[in-house]
Amino acid sequence: MADKMATRQAYGKALVELGAKKPELVVMDADLSKSTMTAEFGKTYPERFFNMGIAEQNLYGAAAGLALSGKVVCASTFAMFATGRAFEIIRNSIGYTKANVKICATHAGITVGEDGASHQTFEDIALMRTIPGMTVINPSDGVSAKKLLEQAVEMYGPCYVRLGRAAVPVFYDESADITLGRANTIREGKDVTVIATGIMVNEAFIAAEKLAEEGIDVRVIDIHTIKPIDSDAIIKAAEETKAIVTAEEHSIVGGLGSAVAEVVVKSAPVRMAMVGQQDTYGESGKPDQLKEKYGMTSADIINAVKSVLQR
Amino acid sequence: MDIKALEKTAAEVRIGIIKAIHNAGSGHPGGSLSAADIVTALYFDEMNVDPENPKMENRDKFILSKGHAGPVQYSALAVKGYYPMEDFMTLRKIGSKFQGHPDMNKVPGIEMSTGSLGQGFSVAGGMAMANKLDNNPGRIYVLLGDGEIQEGIVWEAAMSAAHNSLDNLVGILDYNGLQIDGKNDDVMTVAPVAEKFAAFGWNVIEIDGHDFTQILDAFRKARECKGKPTMIIANTIKGKGVSFMEGEAGWHGKAPDEEQTRQAVAELGGEM
Repeated sequence: MADKMATRQAYGKALVELGAKKPELVVMDADLSKSTMTAEFGKTYPERFFNMGIAEQNLYGAAAGLALSGKVVCASTFAMFATGRAFEIIRNSIGYTKANVKICATHAGITVGEDGASHQTFEDIALMRTIPGMTVINPSDGVSAKKLLEQAVEMYGPCYVRLGRAAVPVFYDESADITLGRANTIREGKDVTVIATGIMVNEAFIAAEKLAEEGIDVRVIDIHTIKPIDSDAIIKAAEETKAIVTAEEHSIVGGLGSAVAEVVVKSAPVRMAMVGQQDTYGESGKPDQLKEKYGMTSADIINAVKSVLQR
Repeated sequence: MDIKALEKTAAEVRIGIIKAIHNAGSGHPGGSLSAADIVTALYFDEMNVDPENPKMENRDKFILSKGHAGPVQYSALAVKGYYPMEDFMTLRKIGSKFQGHPDMNKVPGIEMSTGSLGQGFSVAGGMAMANKLDNNPGRIYVLLGDGEIQEGIVWEAAMSAAHNSLDNLVGILDYNGLQIDGKNDDVMTVAPVAEKFAAFGWNVIEIDGHDFTQILDAFRKARECKGKPTMIIANTIKGKGVSFMEGEAGWHGKAPDEEQTRQAVAELGGEM
């Protein structure tokens, strides 16, 4: 786990490689190409790169038009503006039409850091997963980000790909089998299951190692595809372990926790606890300070595991 | 098609609109009728389309950004031969292909699902960008309502179309002056529209939107204009062709009853 890399960095690199293989790939941005990392694609393939200016509604409207004309479109801006400001354009012009647009949104969650609450979105997964037919992807590290982006670009239909600003540990090997729609069990365990997504997968792994020292055997599952969700993996965890703790860098309202609960209540009711943003706004600070203040660290997962077992 | 034939075809399109909205018991006759001559001119003279092959390569595309006027596009496509007019009479009924606002995945010839205002205009810009990338000669035509240009996305898209020199994109503004709550400029001033689009870098042409000679001439001028998108400001009359609907905001979103339908169809030279 030595190397660190932001998932947006992996995205930018993967785009340049995909550009060579896929002449129909078009990349769009809204004046944030140096931050979303689409700039390198723009330099390499200027004719297939469109900077749409600070106009997120038209970014996604025009993306729909290009996609409905046969292009595969990756359209990027910060997650706040992609899913918030342009929500209804994404719903009606991309979702409803089934346009082949990949909404690759960066700077999601609390790890935006210093920019503060106006730029920290905790609502994006909830918003995107309510759109019928939308695939929702939240990679946990640089390796899985690249692999999942490649698969998103190969499949037909709208996708939301959630990417982060901060450099996070790379824990998957290049050879890891990361398949869209299939959860990865990264640690076996029989007492409790921590189902995590995005950067919280690494926190969950750290928590599980510490809990093992105290004799609590924790299973850790990476749900990188939140929709369609891997129900089988969740039901299996609910049946084989005593409780489920979800962990996400997103609101506990409507995100991974809700998605897992929707599966569990229908098939295998089990005690649950949810680690994530507790229905509040964020603030400015360093990513690590914010994760700690708003309860999204391995320590918070440890506490949740212990308390859910006592319930 | 000559002017007389276009006028006759437009009357047929209008009769379809009236009958279908009457059958449905709801819908938007006013803005469908104001756009009927423009849409007829597009499908029966200007555009390269084939009802036998709706997905023909290199075809021209028409996007109805003011999706609530769906009946004008549905009716024109029926007259053009994409499907029988009887099919369209199921408008707004449960299970019908003919949704209250157009769905591209249900009806052949519909290029974009619209209804939420402003989005069709933005999508049309994306289609024009794709055609430029592909050296596709197909042209993109997009019809906007005048109330619709109150949407912010319209101006984002207007800026982008000029920035990208989309001379394969033609907007037509159905400028009938009325929207749901009354006159445009009482609700939220849109004037001066020609100056606004010109300032955004568009080639602007103003015409009488019910005069086929002027409509066809504007399309020709748009084709000749290089390096800029064209906006045709079509001065129109809401409810055009039906005496009691003309110029009445109240007919924006209301269906005619049996007697009104009989009268409207008779005025248009049709039969029930």
